[in-house]
Amino acid sequence: MSRQSNRTTDNKKMNSELFTLTYGALVTQLCKDYENDEEVNKQLDKMGYNIGVRLIEDFLARSSVGRCQDFRETADVIAKVAFKMYLGVTPSVTNWSPAGDEFSLVLESNPLVDFVELPDNHNVLIYSNLLCGVLRGALEMVQMAVDVRFAQDTLRGDNVTEIRMKFIKRIEENLPAGDE
Amino acid sequence: MTVHNLYIFDRNGACLHYSEWNRKKQAGISKQEEFKLMYGMLFSIRSFVSKMSPLDMREGFQCFQTSRYKLHFYETPTGLKFIMNTDLSVPNARETLHQIYSTLYVDYIVKNPLCSLGDPLQSDLFSARLDTFIKNLPYFNPRAA
Repeated sequence: MSRQSNRTTDNKKMNSELFTLTYGALVTQLCKDYENDEEVNKQLDKMGYNIGVRLIEDFLARSSVGRCQDFRETADVIAKVAFKMYLGVTPSVTNWSPAGDEFSLVLESNPLVDFVELPDNHNVLIYSNLLCGVLRGALEMVQMAVDVRFAQDTLRGDNVTEIRMKFIKRIEENLPAGDE
Repeated sequence: MTVHNLYIFDRNGACLHYSEWNRKKQAGISKQEEFKLMYGMLFSIRSFVSKMSPLDMREGFQCFQTSRYKLHFYETPTGLKFIMNTDLSVPNARETLHQIYSTLYVDYIVKNPLCSLGDPLQSDLFSARLDTFIKNLPYFNPRAA
């Protein structure tokens, strides 16, 4: 079936530097607009969330991924399909908790920080925090409440960038109130 | 062969879009009531089907038919539901419904930041493209069979 026949955007690869620089400009502006970095982190997360709830639809439409049966499958899809599709990198999935409800995405390189060096007065800033929001928003739309945060960051002197994901709960579907 | 009508529901049961082409009989209740009735039935069928199934299911509820029409159902992992009623001779239309999702809904609604998700769709572009898409289906025209 020619499912994607009238998609025009699929084969066009945008220059990723434009993306990286646009993101940099966004963070810079937020740092100017807000007094403290924690507020900037919060705003980045919120924007990411709003992107995530839309991006998930694009992702599901483009890939033929169905509903994941468990969190391990979810982890694989995020790392091998989604990161590859949108950022061109494939993080490794490691550090599973014994209960299987927590894992880490380890990125050798983070495309968002290609040209960045954090000045000393921004040591609270989580530069790529948008990604956490995106992951949280996207997963929420497929009924998974997940806690996402940066555990390591090359910008702060760590060797790798590590995003820690913790499964909180399955969001139950309910029949809307007042419906008979 | 023909297409009667199409409903799109969001994960919370709100009817995002409705359009009809060859519908000879109306429900006799307000559209709002009809949408609620339709969603309630779908919700029940889904839970019925998953509880009664003797095996693990991948896709779940797909379609039902009566003596006069066939209802095709497609649900995305995000809970969007696409429902299309056709006559009996139309084969499985899930691929078509997936196409409506991936090439029309995602492109004209999700990627339009001014369309808020979860409200009834206001986009004329979407409605126009959908209408064209349905009318171009091989089984739309009653005489094409």
